[in-house]
Amino acid sequence: MKDQLNDSGRIIKAPENFLTPTDVKMVFSEGKQGRRDFIRRAFAAASSATAASVAAASAPAAWAQSNPIPSEGGDPNILNLPEHATGLGQGVATEAYGKPSKFESNLQRRQSPGLTQTTQSSVSFAPLQSLFGIVTPSGLHFERHHQGWWDIDPSRHRFMINGMVKNAKVFTMDEIMRLPSVSRFHFIECGANTAVDWGNVAVPTVQYTHGMLSCSEFTGVPLITLLELAGADLKNGKFVLAEGGDGSSMTRTIPMSLITSGQVLVAYGQNGEMLRPENGYPLRLVVPGTQGVSWVKYLRRVEVGDQPYAAKDEAIHYIDLQPSGLHRQYASIQECKSVVTTPSGGQVLLDKGFYNITGLAWSGKGKIKRVDVSTDGGRNWRQARLETPVLSKALSRFNLDWIWDGKPAIIQSRAQDETAYVQPMYKQLRDVRGTRSIYHNNAIQSWLVQENGEVKNVQVS
Amino acid sequence: MFKFPKIALLLTLFLTSLTVVAQSTKYPGIGRDATSKEVAAWDIDVRPDFKGLPAGSGSVAKGQDVWETKCAQCHGIFGESNEVFSPLIGGTTAADIKTGRVANLTRADYPGRTTIMKVASVSSLWDYINRAMPWTNPKTLSTEEVYAVTGFMLNLAGIVPDDFVLSNKNIAEVQQRMPNRNGMTTAHAMWPGKEFGNAAKPDTQNVICMTNCVTEPKLASFLPDFARNAHGNLSEQNRTVGQQKGADTTRPEGNTDKTSATPNTFATTSPVATKSTDSKSDNKAVLALLSKNLCSACHGIDKKIVGPGLTEIAKKYPGKVDYLAGKIKAGGSGVWGAIPMPAQNISEADAKIIANWLANEAPK
Repeated sequence: MKDQLNDSGRIIKAPENFLTPTDVKMVFSEGKQGRRDFIRRAFAAASSATAASVAAASAPAAWAQSNPIPSEGGDPNILNLPEHATGLGQGVATEAYGKPSKFESNLQRRQSPGLTQTTQSSVSFAPLQSLFGIVTPSGLHFERHHQGWWDIDPSRHRFMINGMVKNAKVFTMDEIMRLPSVSRFHFIECGANTAVDWGNVAVPTVQYTHGMLSCSEFTGVPLITLLELAGADLKNGKFVLAEGGDGSSMTRTIPMSLITSGQVLVAYGQNGEMLRPENGYPLRLVVPGTQGVSWVKYLRRVEVGDQPYAAKDEAIHYIDLQPSGLHRQYASIQECKSVVTTPSGGQVLLDKGFYNITGLAWSGKGKIKRVDVSTDGGRNWRQARLETPVLSKALSRFNLDWIWDGKPAIIQSRAQDETAYVQPMYKQLRDVRGTRSIYHNNAIQSWLVQENGEVKNVQVS
Repeated sequence: MFKFPKIALLLTLFLTSLTVVAQSTKYPGIGRDATSKEVAAWDIDVRPDFKGLPAGSGSVAKGQDVWETKCAQCHGIFGESNEVFSPLIGGTTAADIKTGRVANLTRADYPGRTTIMKVASVSSLWDYINRAMPWTNPKTLSTEEVYAVTGFMLNLAGIVPDDFVLSNKNIAEVQQRMPNRNGMTTAHAMWPGKEFGNAAKPDTQNVICMTNCVTEPKLASFLPDFARNAHGNLSEQNRTVGQQKGADTTRPEGNTDKTSATPNTFATTSPVATKSTDSKSDNKAVLALLSKNLCSACHGIDKKIVGPGLTEIAKKYPGKVDYLAGKIKAGGSGVWGAIPMPAQNISEADAKIIANWLANEAPK
């Protein structure tokens, strides 16, 4: 349901003024045509001295001290004690399950207008532009549903193992939760994250370019433990089919080698509590480093087999079209990638001076080794600080000091993982895969900081 | 007496080793053997080699009947519709059926990629229709219906003739006519294992360069101006404090009133303006009902998806609560177009609430 109703019962375009289908088509077709002239003009204007003086004149507040001393000699927020300093606060357990501050209501997962026609087979994007550290709050975790989400009674949920096993087995949640558990931080990224920008810039903020990305601490049982209980043929059973228990009964083929390495988990915990219903409560597969569609939610069954399964989402979708017309099938790893979250598209820097450039880096092949940041569109780079913890197949947070001189700047980040692989530039990616691919866009992202402080999503070449 | 213990010992050793190798007994009391009935109920997957495919058959003619009652609402009469989902049929040719490669996939100017252009394995169609279709009632088709609908789709794409009866006996021959059967490759480094003997080296090789790395950067793509506000007001999508604010995209660029976004304004800071929602609560409840009963899968608020937009209905039937409640439950066809609305499994109470809202309160 995209539209909402206002007080008087009239239709308003809100809260996000969605594009009409015609506008969406226009965005994509103009994007396709490249808009080179427009872009050349825009950038020329942004760089020229006249434009700079105009921008400065029209936005004097941008250069003003943002924390001035008022004429009365002090900040009333200091001089006049507020109610919370002079009154009695609220009692314990007023909110039995605590919520974020009411001042944080701008942080929401959001749909991208025009992307899908139903909400049940759709995505919502996590607000990366406003998050800290590496953990995604569970309520802001991105969503991808294939046939709607459910809140399933865990006492009635069952997990089955069959196929090339000595004995097909069934487990209750009680039994799975009795087994030795592990807790690990991992990122999950949809294979189609950043898909809309494969050809050209299409969306304004990092929430919509990179927001099909989240990171949580997952708790569960290594799948190999359960397969051994069933007496799985680990030698000939090279492939495992994972299947969901919801309407879509999502299926995906998982390599046995990743399972025997102990990395694949049958998980029930997420950030200290149970999985959220939107994320597969009460049981989901965790397949570190691979695209989110493999992390089957509402997991009801795995089957051990000697051949891959060519399920719908590995035979029709989640396949990567190459310029030759061939599709890459079973392309599952999310390769090394990073993005600056501040400053990022749609934000406004209010003043010249010091900023902490911050962002996220991750790799489906292991740990992040280093991240470099450029503020001049990739000509010169400085190595960013990687904050701890730096974990395998998890988000890593990087920071870099930056003093903005008020001039246009193009900000980029470039990550390298422990296999020595370096995140590619758009040109490198397109040289190999063309521009019509949908999935696995891990190119370096560029944000243009304009003189008026507003940040734009751009691509350089 | 001498031989027997030795054999018994060997036997015991043999059995023990078998158990240890094949089946862990480390966690006694956890899990139990599945019954064959249980496995049969859940083990519904069908592989490209047709392992798991139940015996049966279904005709193209029967498939057309099923299609028109259960599939066409979303996918269009000919599987061509993109109103709800991506188109299923179109873009393949008789030549593709011969070569097993869909020629249009090499064309950058070809506007879309349908399911039948992409899918290499006919099993993927059968398996998915069987497990997940129809959209609002997955797993309710009979085996015959799944064969029939699969056959009908193949017929729409010119892969099988009008009088064809698809069955477990001839599906392997049909596989040899799939237009994109030779269109897949696993020659890439993005499968997390060695099961396909796939490439080990990634396909891009960027290097770390720190100074004077590229010539003057040229902007190659730029968010078009008209898309700046396409995702709503970005100032309402960023935290209200911090080193930056969201751009107020309801105003032209450069005219942003900086004082309103400055963190230390001396007015009392108030939470982000959230429009009063109290008087909206009735509408919200109705919207929730529409979503719960899957009405919104076919009816947009003010625009047609499959069926007419709700405001269109409201405009046409002011005050007609009983008529609307009846239509909601019984469905119908012809009033708004040829595609029928099936009868809905909705409670009397819910139907009344929605009908009353449409007739009296909904925006006209």
